Amino acid sequence: METENKLIRRDALEKLFSQWLAEGKRILAPKKCGDKIDFAPVQTLDEVSLDQVQTVQSPKTAVFPRVEELFSFKSMDGRVQIRERDNDALPETVIFGLRPCDAAAFASLAAIFTWDCPDSLFSARLGKMTIVGLACARADEYCFCTAVGGGPGATQGSDVLLTKVSGDEYLAEILTAKGRSVAQAGAGLFKAATAETKESHLAKVEPAFALDKITPALAAWFDDAAFWEEQSRRCLGCGACAYVCPTCACFDIQDEGGVSGKRLRCWDSCGFSLFTLHTSGHNPRPLQSQRWRQRLMHKFAYMPERQQVLGCVGCGRCSRACPVDMNILEHLRAIAEAKP
Amino acid sequence: MDALKNKARELLAAKTVQVVIGYGRGSGGAARAVFVREASKADTLVFDDGCRQNLAVYLMKPEVRKLGKAALVAIPSTLRAVLQLAAENQVGEHDLLALVVTPAGEVVQLATLQAIEAHVASLDPDLSTAEKEELKKYEALSLEQRRQFWQEQFSRCLKCYACRAACPLCYCSRCTVECNQPQWIPVPAHDLGNLEWNVMRAMHLAGRCVNCGDCHRACPVGIPLYLLNQKLISDVFANFNFRSGMAVKTDNAMSTFKPNDSEDFIR
Repeated sequence: METENKLIRRDALEKLFSQWLAEGKRILAPKKCGDKIDFAPVQTLDEVSLDQVQTVQSPKTAVFPRVEELFSFKSMDGRVQIRERDNDALPETVIFGLRPCDAAAFASLAAIFTWDCPDSLFSARLGKMTIVGLACARADEYCFCTAVGGGPGATQGSDVLLTKVSGDEYLAEILTAKGRSVAQAGAGLFKAATAETKESHLAKVEPAFALDKITPALAAWFDDAAFWEEQSRRCLGCGACAYVCPTCACFDIQDEGGVSGKRLRCWDSCGFSLFTLHTSGHNPRPLQSQRWRQRLMHKFAYMPERQQVLGCVGCGRCSRACPVDMNILEHLRAIAEAKP
Repeated sequence: MDALKNKARELLAAKTVQVVIGYGRGSGGAARAVFVREASKADTLVFDDGCRQNLAVYLMKPEVRKLGKAALVAIPSTLRAVLQLAAENQVGEHDLLALVVTPAGEVVQLATLQAIEAHVASLDPDLSTAEKEELKKYEALSLEQRRQFWQEQFSRCLKCYACRAACPLCYCSRCTVECNQPQWIPVPAHDLGNLEWNVMRAMHLAGRCVNCGDCHRACPVGIPLYLLNQKLISDVFANFNFRSGMAVKTDNAMSTFKPNDSEDFIR
C-alpha cells in the first residue's frame, strides 16, 4: 500500500481516543505506574506518557501476556471435555505511542508464533490490534535500533506512525489498510500534510556495530568457553532481560486444577537454570555462560537462520532492566570484533 | 581509590587470593561488579557512593567460586551477608577475605571471619531513621489496607526472580518455586502465584535478611520489597532480640528449636 501523509493536532488525537473507546476498542499506551512507565489501558490522551525514551516493559504483553489461559478442561465419566478459548471475545485493541523498535518487534514474535503451526490465540490478538507508533525524538546510550535494521522513525510494523513536528502537531504516516481505517474513521480529524518531513524531528542514533559481522562472529566464538564466561560472570541468572524484551517468546505450560482446570501459558527465560533441564537430570546448558550464549545465539544466529528475522530490535530494555548492568550492546560490540 | 588498587594488586601478585570481586565502571559511568584476576588489571577497580551492590551474592555462584579464594570489596551489608552465610555453613575462612574502604579512602583488610565479626560489631545494624519512619507509616495501615497495598504491588510482579537472584542469602540451588512434586507455589505470575511467591520469599528471609536492598533495586517493576524485609527485621528484633549477620556462629531466629521455648505450640 502506498503511504499517505497527514497531519493531526493533539486535540484531534484526543477526539480520536474518544472515538476508539466509543467503538468499543481498548487503548493501551505508556502510562505512569508507580515510579515506572509501562503499557496500561488508558481512556484519555492526558493519561499517556509520551516523552520517555522507553517503557520498562515491552508491548508484547498485548499479544503474549505473561499468563494466559489456552483452554479449560473437565473430566467426566472417564472422558475429558476441552473448552477452547473464544478468540472472538478478545478485545479490539489500539496500541498507541509505542516506539518504532517495538512496532518492528511484532514481526519477530509472529515469526515464532506462526512458524510451523500458527498459534491461534496469538494470531487473533495480533489481528485485532491496530498499531499507532510514535517516532523517537530522543534516544539513550542503550538504544541501538539503527544497528539492527530499524531507526527512530522506521515505519516497519506500525499501521500509523506519528512524528511530533511542532508543539501540538503530529505528522501521521498512514501505512497499512488498518491505518487507512483509522484515518477514514477519523476523517474530519486529520488534515492534509504540508511539505514538512519527519527527518529533522528524529533522534540521532548512529549504527553501533556492523550487523553482518555478528552472526559469523557468534559461530566463531561458540566453542570459546572462556569468552562466554568472561562476558557473563556477573550475570545473576534472573529473567528480567527476557521478560522486558519485546521479542523473547519462550514459554512454559502449566496445568492448574484437578478433574477440572485450565492450561496456562506462562513466560519463561533461557537465563533460568531450570530452562532446559531434562527429566533425566541432564541439562545441556548447565552453566550461566552457556545460557547467556544461548540468549545471543537465539537472537542473532538461530532466528535469522530459521525464521529470516532478527530476534532483537535494539530497544535496549534488557540492558536498562538488568540488575547487574549486563549491557547487551557492549557485549555485541565485543563479539563483532574479530576473533584473535 | 589508589589504596584499593594497590591492595588488590598486592593480593593478586602474592597469590593470597585468586580473584578480587569489586566494583568497576559500567554503563553511563555507574558502578558494576568486576572480577579482577590479574594484578595488571587492578586499575579497573573503583569505589564511591554508587557502589551499592552486595557482592557477597557472587560467593554463592559456582562460576565465581571455581575461580578460587576471593578478596571481596565489602560495604556494611556485604560483611553482614558474609557472616550470615558463614553462620549457615555456606562460606568458610578459606573462601574469602574482605576489603573495607574507609571514608578516608584507606583499605582495611579483614582476613578472617573473626575479624569481620569484630568489624561488624562496630556498625549500627538498626534501620535508619528514614526507614523507621516509612515503616511506621506502613504499620499505621489496617490489615485490610495492607492487603490491598500488597495486592496492587504484587499484581505487577513478572516472576522474573531478579529479587531472588540478586539476594546473597537466596542461595538454594533448587528454590521451592522450582519443586513441582508437589508444587508448593503456583508457577504462573497471576494474583495467587505472585502473592505466594512474594510472601514465601520474604518469610524465607525473615531473621536472615541483612537489609542490603538489592532485591528491591533489582526489581524491574519497582515493587517495594524492602518494606516487607524491614517489617520482618523489625518484628524479629522485637520478638527475639535478634539481628542477622552479626556473628559467625548464631542460632537463626526462625529456624532454631529450643526445648525451653516460651511458646506452647512448638513443644
